Amino acid sequence: MSIFDRLMRLDRRWVFLFLTAVCIAGYYVDYSIPIRVTNETRSIYTFIDSLPPGDIVFVAIDYDPSNQAELHPMTYAIMEHAFRKNLKVIFTALSQNGPGMADQAIRDITDSVSLDRTYNGVEFKGREIRNGIDYTFLGYKPYYAIIILSMGQNFRISFPTDYYGTPLDSIPMMRGVLNYDNVACLIDLSGGNITDAWISYGQGRYNFPLALGLTGVMTAQYYPYLNSGQVFGIMGGMLGAAQYERMADNPGLAIDGMRVQLPAHIVIVLFIIIGNIGYFVTRRREQLEGR
Amino acid sequence: MDFTTFLWTTLGAFLTLATFSFLYKDNPFYKLAEHLVVGVSAGYFVIIVWHGTMVPNLFQKLADGDWYLLWLNSTQPWYIVPGILGILMWTRFSKKYGWISRWPMALYIGIAAGVAVPLEMSNKVNKQLVATMVDIDWSNFMGAGFFDPFSGMASLLIFIGAVSALIYFFFSKAHTGVFGGVAKLGIWTLMIGFGASFGFTVMARISLFINRLQYLDKNWREAAFDASNPNYSFGFPLVFWLVMALILVYIIWELMAHLKHKNQTSAPQ
Repeated sequence: MSIFDRLMRLDRRWVFLFLTAVCIAGYYVDYSIPIRVTNETRSIYTFIDSLPPGDIVFVAIDYDPSNQAELHPMTYAIMEHAFRKNLKVIFTALSQNGPGMADQAIRDITDSVSLDRTYNGVEFKGREIRNGIDYTFLGYKPYYAIIILSMGQNFRISFPTDYYGTPLDSIPMMRGVLNYDNVACLIDLSGGNITDAWISYGQGRYNFPLALGLTGVMTAQYYPYLNSGQVFGIMGGMLGAAQYERMADNPGLAIDGMRVQLPAHIVIVLFIIIGNIGYFVTRRREQLEGR
Repeated sequence: MDFTTFLWTTLGAFLTLATFSFLYKDNPFYKLAEHLVVGVSAGYFVIIVWHGTMVPNLFQKLADGDWYLLWLNSTQPWYIVPGILGILMWTRFSKKYGWISRWPMALYIGIAAGVAVPLEMSNKVNKQLVATMVDIDWSNFMGAGFFDPFSGMASLLIFIGAVSALIYFFFSKAHTGVFGGVAKLGIWTLMIGFGASFGFTVMARISLFINRLQYLDKNWREAAFDASNPNYSFGFPLVFWLVMALILVYIIWELMAHLKHKNQTSAPQ
């Protein structure tokens, strides 16, 4: 049996094992890779960075734990950036298991922002992030399309109270904040079809600036909305998160993870090449043998 | 981190490893993790809908009314209507009265279709058509940096790609000559699109594994041996090593089962 025949019959579990070994090696070897920031990510960072203090950013955390690998780093980077710029944030979680994701991110970032830090050469004093003053978490409601439409009229229709049960009218930050007209932009971090609803029923109906943070699987199919101007920026997968972290000078899990992506991708490309060579050589031999 | 939190973290680590064990083969640990995900998700959903939606959006709206008057004396009695429609949905489980559930369903579908059709048409079709036919920005043809999606070149490529891909799917004329050449360009455009999607998908799948690696290392292993933790005790590394021992025992058990099976199948009949 030739090496190509062996390759064609190779148990896929050996491929998994090899890839796992490469990822673990890449994780523990200390090195860094350059992160090139694309214009579609830069436009989101620039937009948030240019907002005056006190403006409201709406962050829709529409993903479940299954997507946290790619989208949680985006949430952390954007939230930290917004809070350091003294912006106010409204959160929703229109995905079934999203409230847990949002709750965890809010707790972690609240701790992080309480520390003194320097980003891009600018020193930021730590400050206390307070619920109802600096942010409001509206929580989850089912049937996202209807919720997105109703929030265009008034946040209070679908969310009479926030996630913690406080009436919206009792929340200082929400006084005078009725609907999307009162937010500077909306950033949807999504791992599913909710993004389509934000584009059609949200941005398309109420015409607010919309940016997307998407899982890698979804990213390619949403680029047409960038070109049409329906969204002003896209962050795609862990790479998009790493780009935002790089721009915000706030290295986190995404930049750390991109180190492992490099050897993993090299191995996958090599496997694809070897697999194709094996396939064509075997097929050629079978043709010559008249099979 | 206190010891209770560490136990929860350990459970997360164990379930992570149990899930990955499926890459070798289906096994009881994987089944346990799979069933837990389904069960916990369903339970979480019911509770969050009850407390997050039913209570504030229905019960609290009718709270100032009296039940024996069917809440008609509340300040917002119209909230009874969606409440009743919701209850009618449950008749679906009855063979005799299942037809009643069609009424709320019909209302819901009618509203959803009425809202969706114009907005979907406008945002998914019309705006995309307009975006394909924009003026090419010759003053910013190359854009900023490598392949700027906001550049004139991107607009030109999108126009060529969209037209050629549409021609590929036009089957009323044979794909020969110039028409065939453009159709071939169309399939190349599609292939490049699929390639980009595949590349992103590979990155996404590897990202999931990296995230679990980070969890196992930073959240679990480092916490198990973090002597600077004020709540640290011998229980932390003990739990860590117990889980590792369990994994090792399972690997040895699987290996022995594999060797036994191999010997049985290779033995002379």
